[in-house]
Amino acid sequence: MDYLTIIQILDSMLRLSAPLIFACLAGLFSERSGIFDIGLEGKMLASAFFSAAVAAATGSVWLGLMAGLTASMVLAAIHGFASITFQGNQLISGVAINFLASGMTALIGQNWFRLGGRTPSLSGDGRFLPIEFPFAESIGKIPFLGPIYSELLSGHTILVYVALLTVPFTWWLLFKTRFGLRLRAVGENPEAVDTGGVSVSFLRYRAVLICGLLCGLGGAYLATGMAAGFIRDMTAGKGFIALAALIFAKWRPAYALYACLLFGFLEAIAIRYQNITIEGVGTIPVQFMQALPYILTIVILAGLVGKAIPPKAGGEPYVKER
Amino acid sequence: MDTKVQHDSAAPMIELRGISKSFGPVQANKNINLKVNKGSIHGIVGENGAGKSTLMSILYGFYKSDSGEIYINGKHINITDSHVAIEAGIGMVHQHFKLVENFTVLENVILGTENSFLINPALNNARVLLSDLASTYSLEVNPDALIEDLSVGHQQRVEILKALYRQADILILDEPTGVLTPAEADHLFNILRNLSKEGKTIILITHKLKEIMSVTDTVSVMRRGEMTATLETSKTNPQELAELMVGRSVLLRVEKDTTEVGDKSLEVHDLSVTDKRGVTALKNVSFHVRKGEILGIAGVAGNGQTELLEALGGISPATGTMKIDGEEIPLLGKGSDARSKREYGVSHVPEDRQKLGLILDFFAWENIAFGYHHKDEFNRNWLLMDNGKTREIAREEMAKFDIRPPTPNNLVKNFSGGNQQKIVLARELEQHPKVLIVGQPTRGVDIGAIEFIHQKIIDLRNKGVAILLVSVELDEIFSLSDRVAVLFDGKIIGERITEETNESELGLLMAGIEDGSGEQPVMESVA
Repeated sequence: MDYLTIIQILDSMLRLSAPLIFACLAGLFSERSGIFDIGLEGKMLASAFFSAAVAAATGSVWLGLMAGLTASMVLAAIHGFASITFQGNQLISGVAINFLASGMTALIGQNWFRLGGRTPSLSGDGRFLPIEFPFAESIGKIPFLGPIYSELLSGHTILVYVALLTVPFTWWLLFKTRFGLRLRAVGENPEAVDTGGVSVSFLRYRAVLICGLLCGLGGAYLATGMAAGFIRDMTAGKGFIALAALIFAKWRPAYALYACLLFGFLEAIAIRYQNITIEGVGTIPVQFMQALPYILTIVILAGLVGKAIPPKAGGEPYVKER
Repeated sequence: MDTKVQHDSAAPMIELRGISKSFGPVQANKNINLKVNKGSIHGIVGENGAGKSTLMSILYGFYKSDSGEIYINGKHINITDSHVAIEAGIGMVHQHFKLVENFTVLENVILGTENSFLINPALNNARVLLSDLASTYSLEVNPDALIEDLSVGHQQRVEILKALYRQADILILDEPTGVLTPAEADHLFNILRNLSKEGKTIILITHKLKEIMSVTDTVSVMRRGEMTATLETSKTNPQELAELMVGRSVLLRVEKDTTEVGDKSLEVHDLSVTDKRGVTALKNVSFHVRKGEILGIAGVAGNGQTELLEALGGISPATGTMKIDGEEIPLLGKGSDARSKREYGVSHVPEDRQKLGLILDFFAWENIAFGYHHKDEFNRNWLLMDNGKTREIAREEMAKFDIRPPTPNNLVKNFSGGNQQKIVLARELEQHPKVLIVGQPTRGVDIGAIEFIHQKIIDLRNKGVAILLVSVELDEIFSLSDRVAVLFDGKIIGERITEETNESELGLLMAGIEDGSGEQPVMESVA
């Protein structure tokens, strides 16, 4: 394995991690506020579809992005409605949103484009294109450090950079601002927030909508950045992997980044090495490599990586009157 | 800043007019009126469930009252939520602290009052203010410590600091000493005296009369949602307050013959219970009940009654020994569960019948079998239950216990409180227990049913069953029990033969004043 191969694997790791980072931070906002959200998957899927559909129809990826964000935030608002205003079961609401998104995107997709649930392939302004950093070509010639700049950092779509920047921004928002303080408090002990004279519902709605926004970015990236169009159920469990990453990260932004990079790395390896031959063991089938991220998900969710303590008030609707 | 011109200097700091509040069918507050002067410490006493906390939660905007008005410093204020209350200068230290456990002290103090988008200025500001307050009121606490690492006493200081940071002029403390050690409690009272000297108005909610006597200027008594009296502390005494708290309604005397008491049936030695918070709820409680005898456990609610019932009923673990007819049965671990207790012949009528005694959404006939549903009489074979027969049994028992309507196919939630209680009694008594443990048998039960339930308990005693009766109703204790033990602060503070004592004597014991201490002369019964 030569140096350039490693750089290339890391490069695809970044590319593959970006949607996970968006979804994981989305979940972080929601769960930190005390609203569990297993509907990350559905929101990403809805955004992926509507961004690709609108981009295909208008030829503008930015209009597509707006449509995707809107779709995801509408679903987020529904989840908020169900779990905040109506104090319903957050898991059931999340499951419903996943089913709704999966069925709705296939149905509308078939109805609009007659391509079996796909959208037409996007090209030109209909996609987010890679951004080449200045002087990438010449800096790339510098031995060792050059390829890190030209191959690894340069050449991603804008949403990958947005995803990476969202991590420190989330940290700052969470730990340095009034909104973050209240958000963290409301997920731990909503009564403390309520007796402090702050509205629990309003805080949670804002958190849920931010969750929708970030899921929207992740979904739009999948369909208009990473791929060139929408394919039925293209999120393929990324929302759930992001949830696992969130637990792995113990609901902290920096750890969330690392966890998502790990999942992205596993995916990158699986794509790069379809068949790995280990001496004395034989060839490891490609299916096993592809299953690795999901296996890691199960390992994490089974609690095998140490105790993760979720926000204490998570999953419980806040009911003041007894 | 403390000499603001008041538009009516004679106005009380707090005035409540006609406050009422119900939760569903339960009227927690009935037409409450109260005036508290600036700079005074006002105590509110009453049993658990008398409505004290509800009233203060209304004042703090946590609940909305159904009717009534609140005046702060002479001004009518419509307290719609806690934010309005904070603005009006009201701070509250809740019984269960409203702190974020994995936050630091500073973060908790500024939460909700950050004043700017970034929290750093508020954190710095609070750090300075906290060190000032620490020296002024002896409220020292490490500002960077996490709440979960602090002792409850220090957590409570954080709650007080929170209120002071919000510039509260009125401080409400709800059962502040319940979780404190005596030394911590003394320190708290010093803090409160300092605060009142600085002109802060303090409301202290408690059911401990000693605290009222030692720290308050004036005191109000609440009972069953009503404010029954407001007195100057210096002109009253614990005994009067205890009587006002417990009340004395019409006695419902039950015909009771003296019976032959037999051998000791239930024996309990050194029973101790420590709750989840690490607070000792019962300390080395020992007693025995003989066959054909009713031992009444009296006391103000919240002094360990619930823990006693749950330990003996097999619901929560305890240490010590429990013997039935000389045979020791476990209180901890294997064989200590509720089903095992039943196998030993201990029936338990829990004090919270809706939570522990019944499943409200199930039929009456199903509830009649619960807990004994594994017994042959309710089963056809090893796999199938005999629902038809269970219904028949239920029908018979419902007739016997005069449960109305006598229809087994009726959901339990559709029965009145008294009939629900009779369903629990029917189930437990029809199993012919050796020992009956019964908690608050007539709480929320109408008068007719009370008589019936009392008669059933007496009948059982006459049949030679040992009965432990836990009740906060002194009348009930007097009319049923042969002997009375008084539970105070998790300990049995005294034991009397019912015939040889009176309400005044028991009232003193319930207030935690042991005989022979010379604190209060024993007065003749006023009844």
